[in-house]
Amino acid sequence: MSRASKADHLRHVMETEGDAVGANTRGFNAGRYESVAKLETYEALKDRAREIKADAITRLPELIDELTETVEENGGTVYLAEDAADANAYIESVCEGADRVVKAKSMTSEEIDVNEQLESRGIDVVETDLGEWVLQVADAYPGFDGDPSHIVAPAIHFSRPEIAQLFNDHFEPDERLETAEELTAFARERLGELIEDADVGMTGANFITADSGTIATISSEGNIRKTVAVPETHIAVAGVEKILPSVEELQPFVELIGRSGTGQDITSYVSLFTPPVSSPRPHFDEPETPLAGDGSSREFHLVLLDNGRMAMRDDDELRETLYCIRCSACANTCANFQSVGGHAFGGETYSGGIATGWEAGVHGYDSAAEFNDLCTGCSRCVPACPVKIDIPWINTVVRDRLNREGDPAAFEFLVDGLSPDADEGVDHQKRLFGNFETLAKLGSAFAPLSNWVANSQPAATALERLVGVSAEREFPPFQRTTLVEWFAARDVVPPLDPDRKVVLYPDLYTNYMLTARGKAAVRTLEALGVEVLVPPAPGSGRAPLSQGMVATAREKAESVADALGPYLEAGYDVVVIEPSDLAMFREDYRRLLPEASATLFADASYEILEYVYGLLENGADPDALSAADDDGRVAYHSHCQQRTMGLEPYSVAVLEALGYEVEQSNVECCGMAGSFGYKEQYYELSMDVGAELEGQLREIDADRVVASGTSCTDQIGDLLEEEPTHVVELLDPEGRR
Amino acid sequence: MAQQQRDVDNVETFATQARGYGVDVSRHAPEEVEQAIAERIEPPAVGTSLPWEDVSLPPAVTTDPTTGELREAVTGVTPAALAVASYGSLVLRADDHGSEPVSLFNDLHLAVLQEADVVADMAAAFTWFGEELRETRDSAIIATGPSATADMGALVQGAHGPKRVEVLVVT
Repeated sequence: MSRASKADHLRHVMETEGDAVGANTRGFNAGRYESVAKLETYEALKDRAREIKADAITRLPELIDELTETVEENGGTVYLAEDAADANAYIESVCEGADRVVKAKSMTSEEIDVNEQLESRGIDVVETDLGEWVLQVADAYPGFDGDPSHIVAPAIHFSRPEIAQLFNDHFEPDERLETAEELTAFARERLGELIEDADVGMTGANFITADSGTIATISSEGNIRKTVAVPETHIAVAGVEKILPSVEELQPFVELIGRSGTGQDITSYVSLFTPPVSSPRPHFDEPETPLAGDGSSREFHLVLLDNGRMAMRDDDELRETLYCIRCSACANTCANFQSVGGHAFGGETYSGGIATGWEAGVHGYDSAAEFNDLCTGCSRCVPACPVKIDIPWINTVVRDRLNREGDPAAFEFLVDGLSPDADEGVDHQKRLFGNFETLAKLGSAFAPLSNWVANSQPAATALERLVGVSAEREFPPFQRTTLVEWFAARDVVPPLDPDRKVVLYPDLYTNYMLTARGKAAVRTLEALGVEVLVPPAPGSGRAPLSQGMVATAREKAESVADALGPYLEAGYDVVVIEPSDLAMFREDYRRLLPEASATLFADASYEILEYVYGLLENGADPDALSAADDDGRVAYHSHCQQRTMGLEPYSVAVLEALGYEVEQSNVECCGMAGSFGYKEQYYELSMDVGAELEGQLREIDADRVVASGTSCTDQIGDLLEEEPTHVVELLDPEGRR
Repeated sequence: MAQQQRDVDNVETFATQARGYGVDVSRHAPEEVEQAIAERIEPPAVGTSLPWEDVSLPPAVTTDPTTGELREAVTGVTPAALAVASYGSLVLRADDHGSEPVSLFNDLHLAVLQEADVVADMAAAFTWFGEELRETRDSAIIATGPSATADMGALVQGAHGPKRVEVLVVT
C-alpha cells in the first residue's frame, strides 16, 4: 500500500470507528489495571503461566500423542489437520447431511474460514456469540463492516445505535429495538431457537489438557455451553498450541485471562468440558421426553490445526507467539490500536500487537506486512502480556524479515550512504530514520544552517515526497556544540574521592539536539558528589532497531560495548537520560550482545532520575539542587519504555522531595514513539493518539509540563505549542530552565 | 473446630465476592432449605435432585423434568459441587440428571451448596478438578454471577444463560 493510501485508510477507520473502538479498548485497559492490582500473586502467576507454555510447546509432539490417546479413550476422535484446506475437508465430512451448524466464537475457526466452506455446501452456519452474530448480520449490509475488529470483542467498532439500526433494518421487528437490553433479549430469543434444532455445535478451545482431554473455554454469555449441550455432534477446532499437560496447569490461565483481556477478574463461565460430554441432550422436538440420561449419543471430533504452527515452533524468533492465549491485552494496551482498532491494526484473522507473529506464521508475511509498522515498539504491551511474550521483538524480527524482501526503488541518491551494508533492502523511509545518527552528526556540524534548511518549505516538501517525512512536523534544532564537546571544553576539577563514578551516556538526542538536559544532568550529578564523564559514544542502536534493521542495531550495540566497556569494567555506572536508549541497555542488548556483555550493561545502567533518587536515599544533600518555588505544580508525562521498566516513580518521588506537586498523565504512549509520528502516512494517527494526552495535560493545567523522552517532548511541543523540559532540568543547580 | 472456622470464613468471603456480581447468598440449616427454596423460586421451576440426604427440594420444583418442562421453566434448581471463595464462583458439575441444562436455560438459577464445599482459592479448586476430571472424565462449569454480555453496546445481565443467580448455603 502506498503511503498516501495508507494514510487515507487510517483516516477513514479513525473517522468511522475510532470513537467506538477507543472507548471500548480504553475501558478494557483501565479494567485490566484495576483487576490485576487486586491479585497479589499476579507476577508469580505470569511467571508460572509462561513456564507452563514454554514447557508445553517444547513437548508439543509428545503432548499431541498423549491427548489423542486420551480423547480416543474418552470416546472422541482426533484429527490432526495440516492446513486450513485439510481441516475444512474433515469438518465438511463430519457435517455431511447437517442442515445447521451453530458456532461458539473461535478465532481458529476464522483462521480457516470454515463458515464460508460450510455455507458453500448449503449448510446454515450461525454464530451464537452476540458480537459475532452482529458481524454475521452486518456482513450482508453495505456500510457495515462485518470483519471482527478485536480478537475478544469482535464488534466493538459498532456503537449501540448502529447495532439497533442494523437489527431494525434487517429483522423488521414489531417493536423497534433500541436499548442494549432489548437488543440482547432479541438476539437471545432468536439464537435460542436456532440452537434448539441445530445438528452440529462447533466450538474453539482456550486450552486442552492432555491428561483428561478437558477443553477449557472462557465466556460470559453462556452460548458456548448451549452450543455443546444441545446438538448431537460437537466439533472443537483448536490450534495445536492450545494443549497443556494437565488440568492443574489451567489454574494460572483461568486467573489471568479475563483480567488481562477485558479487565474482568473472571468471566461468567469457565467451562471445563471433557467431551463427548456425558450430560443429557435436551430434545426440543420431543417435549415429552424426560431430560435425564447420559448423553451417550453425542459424537465428538477434535480438529487440531497445524497450519504453520509446527514451523513457528522451529523458528527461534516466532516460537513465543505460540505461548499467546489470545487475551487481547496487547491490543487494548496499545495506543495505536486504541485509535484504529483491528480493521487497520490487523491482518487476515488476527489483530493487535501479537497478530504480527500469528499472521506471519499462519497466513504469511504479506498479511503481516499490512500492519506491522503500527507497532512502534513502545513496549506497553510487554508488562500486560500474561505469558510475558516480548511482542515488540516479534514485530521487529518480522519487520527485519520484511525489509530483506524489500525492493529499494528510486531516489537512491538521497539516502545512499546512510545505510551500512548490514541491512540491505530496507526502504528509504526506514533507512532515513534507522540511520538517524548520521543525520544528527551532519545536522550538528552544519547548524544552524541545517536547521534552517531542514525546516524550510522546499526541504519539508522534498522530504515528504521522497522519503515520507511529514511536512507538518518540525525537526528539533541541532546544536553546533555537542554535549560531548561542551563537556570536554569545561574547566571543572573532578572530586578527589567521589562516592560514585558515572559515565553519562551522550545519547543522540541529548548530544546533538537537547544538550540543555545533558548539561543539567552533569551539574546535578556533580552537585550530589559524583564524578561524571561524558565520553564520545555511538548511538545505542535504538533507531535502526525500531525500523527492523536488526543487523545494524547489533553493530551499534557492539560499538557501544567497545566504547563503554572499559568504563564498566573500571566500576563506572552508566547513567542514561533517554529512556528508549536505557531500554536498549537493559532489555534489548540481551538479544544483540553476548550474554556476559549484555548482563554487564543491564546491571550497571540507570535512568538519570532513578540514579538521583538513589543518591538522595543514600544521604546526598537535596539542598544542592534547585527546588520548587511558587510555580510548583507540575504535569509529568513519563515515557512508554520508562514505564515498562517501572522507572517513572523515581521522577515523581524526586520532584516531590524538591517540593513539587506532581500530576501524571496515564496514556500509554504520546503517539510520537520515536520516528513514527514523523512519517507522513502515520502523522494523523500520531496526532489522534496525542489528542488523548493533550486533553489530559490541558485538564491538569499545571504551571509547567515536564517529560522524560525526546519524542514525547516533540509531540507535546506540537500539541501544546510549548516545548516541555526534561525532569532533570528542574533540578539543575545552576537554576531551572 | 479450626476446620469449621475456616469453612465459615470461606463462606463469608464467597458471599462477599458473589454479591459483587449481584448474586444473592443466604445460609440455612439443612431442615430449612426446602422452605427457603420454595420462597425463592419463580414458577414454573425445574430442578435436579440434591445429592445430600438431609436436604430436599420443595414439591413446587419439578424434578426429572421433560425437555418441554425445561423449556417452559423460569427457575432451575441444581446443586453446586464446590465454590471458590476468593472469586465468588460456583462449580456446577454436569450429571445424568441434567444439571448442566437446568442451570443454563432458565432466567433464575438457584444453586444449593454445602458450607464445607467452599474452598479458599483457585489453586485449591484446581487440585480438586485435577483429581476429579482425570478420574471421572466428567465436565464442570466454573460459574461466576449471571450470564452477561457487553456486545450490544452496554453491559447486560442475562445473555444466553440465566439473568439472575441465587445461592443457598447449607450450614
